[in-house]
Amino acid sequence: MSTHVIRDTRVLTGRSLRHILRSPDTIITTAVTPVALLMLFVWVFGGAIHTGSGAYIDYLLPGILLITIASGVAYTAYRLFLDMQGGIFERFQSMPIARSSVLWAQVLTSAVANLLSVAIVTAIAFAMGFRTSASLGAWLGAVGILLLFTLALTWLAVIAGLSAKTVDGASAFSYPLIFLPFISSAFVPTTTMPAPVAWFAEHQPVTSIVDTLRALFAGQPVGGEIWVALGWLVGVLLLAWFWAIALYRRRLR
Amino acid sequence: MIHVSGLTKAFKNVSVLRGVDLDVATGEIVALLGSNGAGKTTLIRILATVCRPDAGTAVINGHDVATAPQQVRESISLTGQFAAVDEALTGRENLVLVAQLRHLPDPRGVADQLLSRFALTEARDRRAATYSGGMRRRLDIAMSLVGRPPVIFLDEPTTGLDPQSRLEVWQLVRELADAGTTVLLTTQDLDEAEHLADRIAILHRGRIIHSGSPAALKRLLPAAEIEYVEKQPTLEEVFLALVGSPTSNVGSPTSNVGSPTSNVGSTAQGE
Repeated sequence: MSTHVIRDTRVLTGRSLRHILRSPDTIITTAVTPVALLMLFVWVFGGAIHTGSGAYIDYLLPGILLITIASGVAYTAYRLFLDMQGGIFERFQSMPIARSSVLWAQVLTSAVANLLSVAIVTAIAFAMGFRTSASLGAWLGAVGILLLFTLALTWLAVIAGLSAKTVDGASAFSYPLIFLPFISSAFVPTTTMPAPVAWFAEHQPVTSIVDTLRALFAGQPVGGEIWVALGWLVGVLLLAWFWAIALYRRRLR
Repeated sequence: MIHVSGLTKAFKNVSVLRGVDLDVATGEIVALLGSNGAGKTTLIRILATVCRPDAGTAVINGHDVATAPQQVRESISLTGQFAAVDEALTGRENLVLVAQLRHLPDPRGVADQLLSRFALTEARDRRAATYSGGMRRRLDIAMSLVGRPPVIFLDEPTTGLDPQSRLEVWQLVRELADAGTTVLLTTQDLDEAEHLADRIAILHRGRIIHSGSPAALKRLLPAAEIEYVEKQPTLEEVFLALVGSPTSNVGSPTSNVGSPTSNVGSTAQGE
């Protein structure tokens, strides 16, 4: 059975990538809100926000990229839910394929789609004046962290898609994820917040991830933050993955 | 080919199957007849390894669904109640997808062959979302035939189809069985069971309460009395006569098994 995993996953990933290419609006809509936020904060609010030296857009972009991914993964829950609603999921289950390939295909598709959305947002940020002194290694590090973030959130989306009762329910899980960067160091430094809020902001995962990405883009040493960020990312990824697989097994009964 | 004994299944506290026994021979068409909620779909889903039974055994093509589901899946295909086609893909892509997942050597060749057999060649590059109900069902069944599995499950294959598409499906099922495929289908339609099946198994409240050929089932009731009744054509016959024969649209036009004109005593209607 396991010999088919890679082949079946490849075939099924090809299928869902086709869905995305046929309706590229999912990639565009994923990018629209973050770009609007980027413009709003850079051109409207940004003048009044003080983040130290450097352009505000350089400070802001990492958080905007996380928001992009947090809203993009909702499509995974949506697609998975629709597959299960229609008969195609049952057809796959009754065929001699590696069962986990159905989920892996959705996860890989999510990775591709979200990295495309992230690329669009980054390109627009460059047009708006974003500048980076990141080396090739720092770029790879940033892409790696964004990819890990996508995978962790996508497995959460798989849980939502598998357990949802309605289409709206399938994507509702992403709202708190989209909101989380607002209460972090993504938009303003946490030192300006009241103590309890600042405490929450400093101890939730987004801040360490944002700080790491910011250091990578600025070409500065990432320090210990990267280990906190990686700890959160790998932890959530593994937890969500095990949970999703357990839920999937239970659904098959 | 299919051997089921003592199968039970309950959802929460509702007992859906309460000890189903059923045997289906190779090349036989067996219709599971029952009202809504009788457990037809649950039985089919268990046999198709999509759902696990609570107790009892089901062996298909020599493999137990509980202990060797992957081998069972090699031997079967499931056509569910709702067309299991990917609407964003074209008809051809749907077939290629299934052929690839069945690990066949020439997925495109298999797809093209089925497209022409199911009269979908013209529509092959259109997305399945644009297909009519009948075309979608044909594509659905074509996808189930990829890889020629020896056992085919059809869950209410003609529900929601117009009369012509229904006759097309009947004809396809007949052809499959003639070629040696074992077919287990569910239906709520007594007429369908009578025309299509070699044997009818009546599923009632989670048990098979009777099983036999349509003729044998009819003998369960007292002998027919002779009455003289003016024979009116059925609306279906009128409809089909007005729009033309459905068999000209599909596959091989030679066989018209399952057409309503095989009714004894029905008005003569040339085909």
